[in-house]
Amino acid sequence: MLRAARTSLLKHQFAARTRSISSTPTSGPAKSFPKEPTVHGLLPSSQSPIVSTLKFFNSVTGDGTQIPTYRVLDSVGQPVEGATLPEEIDEAMARRMYESMAQLPIIDNLMYNVQRQGKLAFYMTHYGEEATLIGSAAALANDDEVLGQYRELGVLMWRGFTLADMMNSSFGNCEDPCSRGKQMPMHFGSRKHHFHMISSPLATQIPQAAGVAFALRRDPARRGKNCAAVYFGEGAASEGDFHAGMLFASTIPSPTLFIARNNGFAISTPATEQFYGDGIAARGPGYGIHTVRVDGNDVLAVYNAVKEARRLCIEESRGVLVEAMTYRVGHHSTSDDSFAYRPRQEVEDRKRLDDPLARFRRFLEARGWWSAGEEDTLRARLKDEVLKAFKKAEVLPKPALHEMFEEVYGGEEPWILKEQREELGRLLKKYGDVWEPWKTELKKFKGEGRELMDQKS
Amino acid sequence: MNMYQAVRDALSNAMMRDDTAVVFGEDVAFGGVFRCTMGLAEEFGRERVFNTPLSEQGIAGFGIGIAAMGQTAIAEIQFADYIFPAFDQIVNEAAKYRYRSSGQFHAGSLTIRCPSMAVGHGAHYHSQSPEGFFMGAAGIKIVIPRSPTQAKGLLLASIRDPNPVIFMEPKILYRSAVEQVPVDDYQLPLARAETLVRGSDLTLLSWGTPIYYCEAAMHMLANPSGALSPHVPPSIRGAKVELIDLRTILPWDVDTVVESVNRTGRLVVVHEAGRTGGVGAEVGAEIQKRCFLKLNAPVKLITGWDIPVPMQFEKFYMPDSLRILDGVVETLTY
Repeated sequence: MLRAARTSLLKHQFAARTRSISSTPTSGPAKSFPKEPTVHGLLPSSQSPIVSTLKFFNSVTGDGTQIPTYRVLDSVGQPVEGATLPEEIDEAMARRMYESMAQLPIIDNLMYNVQRQGKLAFYMTHYGEEATLIGSAAALANDDEVLGQYRELGVLMWRGFTLADMMNSSFGNCEDPCSRGKQMPMHFGSRKHHFHMISSPLATQIPQAAGVAFALRRDPARRGKNCAAVYFGEGAASEGDFHAGMLFASTIPSPTLFIARNNGFAISTPATEQFYGDGIAARGPGYGIHTVRVDGNDVLAVYNAVKEARRLCIEESRGVLVEAMTYRVGHHSTSDDSFAYRPRQEVEDRKRLDDPLARFRRFLEARGWWSAGEEDTLRARLKDEVLKAFKKAEVLPKPALHEMFEEVYGGEEPWILKEQREELGRLLKKYGDVWEPWKTELKKFKGEGRELMDQKS
Repeated sequence: MNMYQAVRDALSNAMMRDDTAVVFGEDVAFGGVFRCTMGLAEEFGRERVFNTPLSEQGIAGFGIGIAAMGQTAIAEIQFADYIFPAFDQIVNEAAKYRYRSSGQFHAGSLTIRCPSMAVGHGAHYHSQSPEGFFMGAAGIKIVIPRSPTQAKGLLLASIRDPNPVIFMEPKILYRSAVEQVPVDDYQLPLARAETLVRGSDLTLLSWGTPIYYCEAAMHMLANPSGALSPHVPPSIRGAKVELIDLRTILPWDVDTVVESVNRTGRLVVVHEAGRTGGVGAEVGAEIQKRCFLKLNAPVKLITGWDIPVPMQFEKFYMPDSLRILDGVVETLTY
């Protein structure tokens, strides 16, 4: 049934319109509405049976319970009864995943502190979401296109984005491989790593992901091989662009993998003030999108769920939604003090009771794949690497000043930009040595702005 | 060909040459509410010409995604009046996509077509000329054609330009403007104004539909009808007015306009959108800066009033040929 639907889907997007109604392998409504005898017949243009009792409905499970959360490892790292461990996670892979997870809080600690010291303009930590990031990254193909929100550094680093890249981009120095000092810190992006440029406006990447996925499907070299994976928080899912992205990916065949990081907070707003329904997952079926909720602090559950979601998404060439339940342990950003809106004790409790790193470490230890000694060695090595990369990046000059005017347009440069660049050059020549704010600032740039001052009009 | 046929012809040409090109939007599959995509779905298949859900922010975002992968996305917003839900995607995303990644990614192969300007009875939401709202969005281009030939050449250039382009089609011209349009593939340059009539006494600058009102006003100036005759002093009836079609609003062709005003000493700018914050204000400021010593009269703006386009009052809202004539007379006799 499914396969037949998929085949017709590829030919005519509309032919498969009734698919999600006629075959509902994972969605809830079937349970909510037990098969009614069609004594009153069907509506002409749908499979909706006509009934004579007036009954409102809500939630997708129908009996008042919420959508279940898929888990593989319990809180002490032991497989939950009935759970299947991913076969391909052997010792090497598991260790790599753990080390990638462990790297994040070490980067976070240093960057958070140097931001507090004023050495960095801005930073956002990943505390508590390490398993969601690394579990999903490991389940994707490295050339699946990723569109992120801003708390997804782990995904990019899993693909080989180095500590040096990360630091250079954070400082926006002359080696910044991402935006060349044009965007705020944490706005990463790398064509080489199939990781689209992060931008601050929330949720804008969601309908873009559907477009990226559509393009993948139209590319003979990547059709059936790749998907577009889009990450966003539960707060961003309140934006109209979430609605648009889900609609487009379900209506126009586009293998889009939606990964919602539901960490309970959008800055100060708790999820309870963000939505009244059953989280983000409950919305998926409304769009005809296969949906699953997963324990975001369980790296193996995330891995299994995303891997299967990815397979389904590519096979059916349409959207699939994964909601990862986690908790934002850190502040929203360095501009936020989260204890102004949530008790410190709550955060401490969550850290102690459900630390994704500790859970996975216990799994490794139980298998003899990890030891306390290795933990110490790893932490010392990572700290050393992070500090070294930081120190290297910190002292590099900013990019050449003329880059400020570049890459606004492709092709011929508009006159207005040429003139404005020349105008700045003239002003720099006139005041660069006497106007203190500029004088100090210019010294931080590669070439100290000379190329602008010397340009000929 | 009329203008909708010319647009259709351009889309067909673009899709023929470029296998990645897709056309999408609300109701485009059956031919579009203005017939601009007639037969394209049959010609190129539903995978390349398809309807989207009714969501402008979705259309723009989806198009950016396609373009970010290097494929050609030709999106349609049904009326320019409904482009505002996509404003965020256009201004914050499409326009900045290249800059913010320093060229690693860009949405350059995105073109957004939208019918714009008044149509006689469109009122608030089927009449707007929102080009001015996008003028500050560095990174995009805004193009407005005046005729079928222009529409085809400029649209093909827009589709192939390495930047996201908003292409606004004056909807009243879809059927009313008819001319010989080359059937082969050709392009007209973006960011270049076109001087339609050479003159030496006054520069009249406009784009889209009002170009025709300008042309009519020029005839009225030379040969005012009996009733208007008392309002047009005989001494200026022989004035040579230079008519320029700006064609590209962003980035606009300052050189052509400056060169013209330096010769004529007078500038009248005409557009349908309201005056405050409109394109005329930008052009006027730049021209007074560059042509200050050559100007013999203040730069005159003849525009829609600063009100929503009203249904029953449209004739009194539009910068029609009479208002243009009056402005030209005032500027010539200043």
